[in-house]
Amino acid sequence: MATTVLPQKEQSGSTRKLVEMNWDPITRIVGSLGIFTKIDFENREVAECYSTSSIFRGYSVFMKGKDPRDAHFITSRICGICGDNHATCAVYAQNMAFGVKPPPLGEWMINLGEAAEYMFDHCLYQDNLVGVDFCENMVKETNPEVWTKAQQTSAPNAEKHGFRTIADIMTALNPFTGEFYRETLQASRYTREMFCLMEGRHVHPSTLYPGGIGTPATVQVFTDFAVRLVRYAEFMKRVVPLHDDLFNFFYEALPGYEKVGQRRILLGCWGSFNDPETCDYKYKNMSEWGRNMFVTPGVIVDGQLVTNDLVQINLGMRILLGSSYYDSWENAEMFVKRDPLGNPIDRNHPWNQTTIPKPQKRDFAGNYTWVMSPRWFDKRTGDHLALDTGGGPIARLWATALSGLVNLEYIKATGNSVKIRLPKTALKPETEFEWKIPQWSNAIERDRARTYFQAYACAAAFHFLEQGMKEIHAGRTKTWSEFTVPEEAIGCGFHEAVRGVLSHHVVIRDGKIANYHPYPPTPWNANPRDIYGTPGPYEDAVQNTPIFENNGPENFKGIDIMRAVRSFDPCLPCGVHMYDGETKVLETRHVPMYGVGGSKE
Amino acid sequence: MVSGSNSANGASLPPNGAKAAPPTDVHILWITAGLGCDGDSVSITAAEQPSIEDILFGAIPGLPKVHLHNPVLAYEVGDEFMKFFYDAEAGRLEPFVLVVEGSIPNENIKREGYWAAMGTDPDTGQPITTCEWIDRLAPKALAVIGCGTCATYGGIHAMAGNPTGCMGLADYLGWNWRSKAGLPIVNVPGCPVQPDNFTETVLYLLYQVAGLAPMIPLDDQLRPTWLFGKTVHEGCDRAGYYEQGDFALEYGSPKCLVKVGCWGPVVNCNVTKRGWMRGIGGCPNVGGICIGCTMPGFPDKFMPFMDEPPGARVSTAGIGAYGKMIRALRSMTNTTVNKEPKWRHNRAHLTTGYRVERH
Repeated sequence: MATTVLPQKEQSGSTRKLVEMNWDPITRIVGSLGIFTKIDFENREVAECYSTSSIFRGYSVFMKGKDPRDAHFITSRICGICGDNHATCAVYAQNMAFGVKPPPLGEWMINLGEAAEYMFDHCLYQDNLVGVDFCENMVKETNPEVWTKAQQTSAPNAEKHGFRTIADIMTALNPFTGEFYRETLQASRYTREMFCLMEGRHVHPSTLYPGGIGTPATVQVFTDFAVRLVRYAEFMKRVVPLHDDLFNFFYEALPGYEKVGQRRILLGCWGSFNDPETCDYKYKNMSEWGRNMFVTPGVIVDGQLVTNDLVQINLGMRILLGSSYYDSWENAEMFVKRDPLGNPIDRNHPWNQTTIPKPQKRDFAGNYTWVMSPRWFDKRTGDHLALDTGGGPIARLWATALSGLVNLEYIKATGNSVKIRLPKTALKPETEFEWKIPQWSNAIERDRARTYFQAYACAAAFHFLEQGMKEIHAGRTKTWSEFTVPEEAIGCGFHEAVRGVLSHHVVIRDGKIANYHPYPPTPWNANPRDIYGTPGPYEDAVQNTPIFENNGPENFKGIDIMRAVRSFDPCLPCGVHMYDGETKVLETRHVPMYGVGGSKE
Repeated sequence: MVSGSNSANGASLPPNGAKAAPPTDVHILWITAGLGCDGDSVSITAAEQPSIEDILFGAIPGLPKVHLHNPVLAYEVGDEFMKFFYDAEAGRLEPFVLVVEGSIPNENIKREGYWAAMGTDPDTGQPITTCEWIDRLAPKALAVIGCGTCATYGGIHAMAGNPTGCMGLADYLGWNWRSKAGLPIVNVPGCPVQPDNFTETVLYLLYQVAGLAPMIPLDDQLRPTWLFGKTVHEGCDRAGYYEQGDFALEYGSPKCLVKVGCWGPVVNCNVTKRGWMRGIGGCPNVGGICIGCTMPGFPDKFMPFMDEPPGARVSTAGIGAYGKMIRALRSMTNTTVNKEPKWRHNRAHLTTGYRVERH
């Protein structure tokens, strides 16, 4: 292989022998991602990592001039696993721009659909895609001693989930043949049926509209949803203890495993599930209704909550070009100079972004991806923070826990934990799980949070179901409110896509879309080095990852890197590849070195 | 690779027209690296008629063993995954069916770089474009399937004003393209593809490969006729409202949606019959306007989606007077049939008309 030219950072100190290892494409994620690394096998660590995306589609370009009512239909197509999150977020932005508030029942039904999406998507991802990295086949290939230990380790929660040893859990996760893998695939199907009951079709909903939802609110729809929800609650009572056992075992079997995928605690959550009691979609009230969301928004830096105010979150958004294939828009039009509250809006804010694609050769010393670098401007320090979403759940639970605002019959945020209560089901008693704020933002805790958030979404759905039924029983069955499209308006929507922060920003002029910029979680996670040289979160998390795999460069699987990257739940219909390349030995000395290049097969 | 066992590669394809034993193994190479969203791959994980497990584990008698190479589901990563694609290119993975997901960008319209790519070229270190992969693999494939509307006709990313010039597979390979086994491109549109529509099409092709079915019947847009031969409206359980001239004027109504944007009467799709999963969900049948997502003219010819289609204005006016009259007559009859006959009572004598017959 040749000319994967990686820029060499100046290395102080002695000679390091680095081997270039690349994975392109990274499979078992959505979209195309490549991860290019240099590994120091002697010291068992990753020295450098570059993440690259290989697809450009141009939504922000082709949406210009279109009818603003079409935005949710179009943007749903951004993502093939959480397209409905986009459609919903677009509807939130449309509601703000059009000045419309759905009837409460419409809001509860959208919340039910979105809860089903979390239940489905995390389920499929956790045990049919990520789970494979922890399955028997994989562990035997990468760490046979861990497999031996797993066979000798009883599962502490065996009576709750039914698997006697940790090895039994691993076997059950083998793709397609594993018992638990197959059960999860089934669970991912009936949860999608729940989704379809509310939003019509998965993954691009048919029944969502600005102003609410078109699904006729019948007792039958709610019954069909409820019977599946109860089934999932029972499933969760096994799944959460199962994952606790599996993940705790990795800490025990591989001391130091907390370092895999670890990075500084820099988390963002934009909040999920609007409360129809307070959410009027008016920007001037956004701070209040944002805090009333059933998953609380928040920016967390070094474990501290910086803000849970959606207006502040909005004002801090910056899109930096960094190492991506676009031209700068510094001379383009400023669409929004001030927000409706009079706060100044930055040129690099999504409302003012102009997307100018510039296809070019991939150059790791220059531009190497289609992903831009979103950052959050911390006005306290002047830093452009590379927030990550940790794949979604860890940031959602962390922000919700710290804020301590969510207080439902089934969910309580305590200030340092989130308590999730699932009611009695057919064969299992009422069960409470408590997610406690972890010590680290790392691969294992991202994965663990996912399983707890599945339970969270399930518990929240019980609340939404009860509230929706109250409306139906009271005869308030309207699900949609009429609106007119204004000639001039701006709007923004904040939501949590399954894998984290999601925002849509729209500018309407002459009744048409003048500017539209969606920011899904993956650009936050998969972005390249920005103009300040700050690496994106995948790059950062992989660069800190020690290597526990036994295999040397000849048959290296990169499993620890895979676990680090997949813990973010990469979803790159905006692009990424990991690439299991041939090995190439580099000598890196204390001088900068370029042109790693060269050898052929 | 995802398959029931690790058996060896199947027999190679018999020469055109020659009778030979059907292959024991078939590989499915699936490229998701078009301009898409992977929504079609995700969709097939929802399929149950048949499910992906049914196909892979030989739950259906008579089929060859199937080995699936799809990036969303693959055990392998990076080069270990790409190896199957290189093997197929080199003729070492025969026979195989190529599935393409996502629209095909026009890589000729720019000086350098790429719009869509999969894997890295070992010689140049640059990404290998998706177009390049199609060029390499299509001539060697037993069949080529376009999965979803992006791959079949261009879809959402081929909307007016798009910067990539993207298109469907048949626009790229040619509408008269034939595989080396003589099959046209097989298009299974839908945004995303309806889960069972896709797995069922694969099943049909596997039957065909096994010599158990004749040539797959396709229409002039290369769609399986049994899936796309009828319109949404013809299968819609709200069509009765249409017949009675009773139209929804707002969303959330259970009535016919044509006046609030539904294109069902002119769109080829079976979603109203089949639902989305296990008969649940769909589009107009559950309150979602049909936006024509299976169609070659999608999306531009259906936008703005929420306006009444121009044709519907004429046809709904036509049905108006007739529908009103029919509705009134049916309402009267409905009132009648909602009453039980008068002989069902608890009084002391029988009024059913029964007489004891005496002999």
